[in-house]
Amino acid sequence: MGFLDIDNATKSYGSVEVLHKVDISVEEGEFLVLVGPSGCGKSTLLNMIAGLEEITSGEVRIKDKVMNGVHPSNRNIAMVFQSYALYPNMTVGQNITFGLEMHGVPKADRDKAMIEVARLLQIEQLLDRKPGQLSGGQRQRVAMGRALVREPDVFLFDEPLSNLDAKLRVDMRTEIKKLHQNLGTTIVYVTHDQIEAMTLSSRIAVMNGGYVQQLGTPQDIYDTPANIFVATFMGSPAMNVLPARVEVLNGRPHAEVVLHDGSTAHLPFSQDNLATWAGRDILLGVRPETITDMDGADRKSSNIANMTNRIVVTEPAGSDTFVSMQLGGRDVIARMRSDAEVAAGQDFNFAVNMEKAVAFDPESEMRIVP
Amino acid sequence: MAQATQDTAIRTGRITRTLIYLVLLLFSLFYLLPLYVMLANSLKPLEEITGGGMMNLPQVFTVEPWIKAWSSAQIGVEPTGLRPYFWNSIKMVVPAVIVSTVLGALNGYVLTKWRFKYDTILFGLMLFACFIPFQIVLIPMARMLGLMGLAGTTWGLALVHVVYGIGFTTLYFRNYYAVFPTELIRAAQIDGAGFFQIFWRILLPSSGPIAVVSIIWQFTNIWNDFLFGASFADANSQPMTVALNNLVQSSTGVKEYNVHFAGAILAALPTLLVYIVAGRYFVRGLMAGSVKG
Ligand SMILES: Nc1ncnc2c1ncn2[C@@H]1O[C@H](COP(=O)(O)OP(=O)(O)OP(=O)(O)O)[C@@H](O)[C@H]1O
Ligand SMILES: [Mg+2]
Repeated sequence: MGFLDIDNATKSYGSVEVLHKVDISVEEGEFLVLVGPSGCGKSTLLNMIAGLEEITSGEVRIKDKVMNGVHPSNRNIAMVFQSYALYPNMTVGQNITFGLEMHGVPKADRDKAMIEVARLLQIEQLLDRKPGQLSGGQRQRVAMGRALVREPDVFLFDEPLSNLDAKLRVDMRTEIKKLHQNLGTTIVYVTHDQIEAMTLSSRIAVMNGGYVQQLGTPQDIYDTPANIFVATFMGSPAMNVLPARVEVLNGRPHAEVVLHDGSTAHLPFSQDNLATWAGRDILLGVRPETITDMDGADRKSSNIANMTNRIVVTEPAGSDTFVSMQLGGRDVIARMRSDAEVAAGQDFNFAVNMEKAVAFDPESEMRIVP
Repeated sequence: MAQATQDTAIRTGRITRTLIYLVLLLFSLFYLLPLYVMLANSLKPLEEITGGGMMNLPQVFTVEPWIKAWSSAQIGVEPTGLRPYFWNSIKMVVPAVIVSTVLGALNGYVLTKWRFKYDTILFGLMLFACFIPFQIVLIPMARMLGLMGLAGTTWGLALVHVVYGIGFTTLYFRNYYAVFPTELIRAAQIDGAGFFQIFWRILLPSSGPIAVVSIIWQFTNIWNDFLFGASFADANSQPMTVALNNLVQSSTGVKEYNVHFAGAILAALPTLLVYIVAGRYFVRGLMAGSVKG
């Protein structure tokens, strides 16, 4: 039993099922991020936790109390919306204390709580303004203040940063993380930005098409994606996925990949159990940063493979240089140090960190190893 | 070069602009002429009118026709002037406007933010109510008023106008609230506000523009209504419009045109006033629903 349990929760609109048996258990103080492409059902799931959408079947429990049918205001949750949803006719102060007022908290206590929260979020000087007179970042703070003042069991965030410009988004991201570390509250956070998901979360649920594809720590999700969808959705640039064939050489399974000129290279796997796939096709997943020049290869890795392949394009991006090549008939991206000496058209000796390589079943698209 | 083209632009602009203003002037003269005739003739003694010269300005300026129309002209059989009927109209219009607007706002709120099964069908039916001709409802309505014991009363008349107006006010508020962010309602729900608290504290304070539209629309329509007034009111509860008709019809002997003109202006004054006071908001409110979003 966790702090917040989502137990086989299903949601249908009419005959259309948009969430299929979602099963997530969140511990107290955890920061769970729901991430996935548009329309995958993240908001729907969050609204079901909040009580804004009915649960078609299954259960939502907070602190072991079943929440199905409990009114949103009685679940002891608070929510921050994408549009902030500040009441336009009320001042910032009134916005923050409206919930307390509705719960019958006396005026003196409300004001005290308001001042405390305003101080925490540094919005004391804004308390008498209307939302229309605030910048996006300030509105964001007020929306968080309105949630914080309730001291809820669970915070729900629905893409709270997506309306901010890039710089402010990064700042607020850090601030939310700090807030979580200081207050230790339980948070469920929806985003379709995978970087936000990686940086903020203690665990991530990657969703697609109404299914939870994988639930795990950011490291789990990044290193051992459950399937090709998760592998390519998380990480930027995306993980390279290319056709390969398993060949056993000297008793060790290798990935046989086709180079730009039709010849093949053999990259040894770190996992011996792949030998059962000998002679069969797989999909090989390699992250761009695991393909480098020899000098840039991870020194701690016990399994660096070589291959010589032709560089098609180089794209310097400041701290890194992205290099693309033809591998297994696909465009494959490598991420190099910016001082790596590479040029388009050059035949280059790449180092591939096969310790980090992932193999997928081409039929089911599920991960085979590691 | 740029200078030259600018010059011609201004010159052609001037010519077309003059033309446009001329046409506009003609139109406004055309529309203002009746008002001028009414105003001018209501301020002169009867002899000046009967002596010909409807179009002339008054030679002897008098407010006597206004006073007479207001307080002593013959309406039907009673020499009461329009005054009591003016108050009848007020007593009918004010509650009818308030009630129909509040109900329209509530309907709009429910139809957009508390969706239920068949709500679009219900809304369609309410829209349909906007297009039912007055004449069709006359007899059933008379029967209903009789059954409710409201026949021939101002309250009964107000009720008729509320029922007839709800279709329009619901349409206005529904369209306005349709673009009102649902997240605000959800935030208020999480904050613990109930159905009516959300309505009073969140929705209504943001409904100014559309409320003005609804009020102006209802006020002018109800104030100007003649058919319902003539059908459902008795001698004591007649609204201003019906009384004006009686004033014009029932003059004994000479037709006092100056008094008729004054009476007609009196009858039109409240709606004019409402437009002048709130007209700006009317246009703004009509736009708000369609542009915002
Ligand atoms: N009222 C509704 N009736 C029918 N289908 C709906 C309704 N609301 C949402 N859906 C469907 O449910 C699915 C999930 O919607 P949801 O809003 O949860 O997506 P999301 O993951 O939050 O996407 P986004 O990132 O775009 O916000 C979508 O396919 C959507 O079309
Ligand atoms: Mg969403």
